[in-house]
Amino acid sequence: MITVLEPGWFTSFQDRGRNGFAHLGVPQAGAADSLSLRHANLLVGNTGNAGALEITLSGPMLRFEINTVIALAGGRLEAQLDDLPLPMYQSIPVRAGQVLTCGRLLTGLRCYLAVAGGFSAEPVLASISTDTLTGLGPSALRAGDALSVQIHILNQGWYLRAPPEFSDNVMLRVIAGPHKEWFTPSALADFLESEYQVRTHSDRTGLRLAGRQIPRSHLGELRSQGMVSGAIQVPGDGHPILLLPNHGTTGGYPVIAVVIHADQPRLGQLRPGTKLRFESVTREQALTALQVGETDLRTALVPADPGLLAARSLMQLAKSHPFLQEASLQMGQRKLRLRR
Amino acid sequence: MTTRFVGDSALLVDTENVQTAQQLCAVIHRQSLKGLRELVPAYNTLLVEFDPLEFDVMQFIRRLPQFLKAPPLRGLVREHDIEVTYNGEDLEEVARMTGLSILEVIQCHSAATYTVAFLGFAPGFPYLTGLDPKLRMPRLKSPRTQVPVGAVAIADEFSGIYPQATPGGWRILGHTNTVLFDVSRPTPVLLMPGDTVHFRPLV
Repeated sequence: MITVLEPGWFTSFQDRGRNGFAHLGVPQAGAADSLSLRHANLLVGNTGNAGALEITLSGPMLRFEINTVIALAGGRLEAQLDDLPLPMYQSIPVRAGQVLTCGRLLTGLRCYLAVAGGFSAEPVLASISTDTLTGLGPSALRAGDALSVQIHILNQGWYLRAPPEFSDNVMLRVIAGPHKEWFTPSALADFLESEYQVRTHSDRTGLRLAGRQIPRSHLGELRSQGMVSGAIQVPGDGHPILLLPNHGTTGGYPVIAVVIHADQPRLGQLRPGTKLRFESVTREQALTALQVGETDLRTALVPADPGLLAARSLMQLAKSHPFLQEASLQMGQRKLRLRR
Repeated sequence: MTTRFVGDSALLVDTENVQTAQQLCAVIHRQSLKGLRELVPAYNTLLVEFDPLEFDVMQFIRRLPQFLKAPPLRGLVREHDIEVTYNGEDLEEVARMTGLSILEVIQCHSAATYTVAFLGFAPGFPYLTGLDPKLRMPRLKSPRTQVPVGAVAIADEFSGIYPQATPGGWRILGHTNTVLFDVSRPTPVLLMPGDTVHFRPLV
């Protein structure tokens, strides 16, 4: 069990979302950055589907009542376990009684905390995702909550070879269409040449973008139809909205382009103010990008014994605290000491 | 029949009408195609979402005409009477915009026989066709941030019922206590596409 001492700005359960219920109007929901969710899960020995905590902007304070293994992946989060800074993108053994204190996210917008075995919240339609549009699934974390987890023993630790960086200047690849005929002839080219910025009125359903308006050739509304994550919808005012996984299943605004699948996890990390540009690619290029991503993921994890992970933690500690003279760290059975 | 790619992981199939969309959805659903993720039937489209690494989309497009030829499924058409208290936030404005009296708006809305065309937007939200053309009007210019559970509302050619408290831009005529979506039921959704709906005014 894990006790929530403070919930953070907005921390919810997320897995891969509700799949197969869109025809009933049920949004997919699930992790806004599905790649970071997979990273966090893999680092603690879970399948990519297990539920994790999605931390937004600032993180929670949690007390562990059990021995387990955790991992953080996603935007760079200030975090410490008891009084030691916590490295990201590696397996971290945690003992009962230890307190994890998270601060702000320094890059990106969301960070995922996975625990070995996964959280055992009550699933709704086969998912423990908190649906922020319709309220399905467990509610967001509150102080005093007791989170149950599956007991899962891990003998092997990992770290991630090349963790992603989240900058405030992002290029997203898109496939044009499907509603080309709803826009003026030069609209697509203008859109691809312009820079947009993520506005503050953005959430897990979609990002509102500021920038050059996209002129429509006719107004009026599209007949409501199924919508996909990554779709760039254009309402009558010409200001685009980029859909995220918690979008409603149907929508009535024409879509000028759709962000390719390989780049969609990135959307969950775009904080307000991030500058965006869009690049048009073919379906073949999109497919290749997806294949490359899957291959990379298979070789991304490096096995490491507790000693090596502890050494990595100490190195990171030394980097972030230049005046530190001496530090020691207990990881599993071993104790490591760093001395300048 | 035309199909359009929607990004790299979905295909939008234009259908003749709402029945063909539902029919096609049911036929494809039965095929258990590898890599198929979601089918979202709407008014005259069917969105097919798939995993591009697993789903053979070209073969799927070639097989579409054959799916359309499959014999129509005779689903059970159920009839629902839904009790409505006509005290909606927009009732007066709808009356003003249509030139009808409030009583006439209520009569107009409750006299019609509606058909569930499709479910969309939010869990169990029915798009009901059959609205009297006199009541046809656009959505609110600025959507409400919160529409109460059970709100019975209209927009364009549709009537609908909000199964959850969500943001929404439809014009609210009344409220019902009927529960449209409940995950503890074997079928969480009360109204299924093709079902018939009558609104009964509560006095």
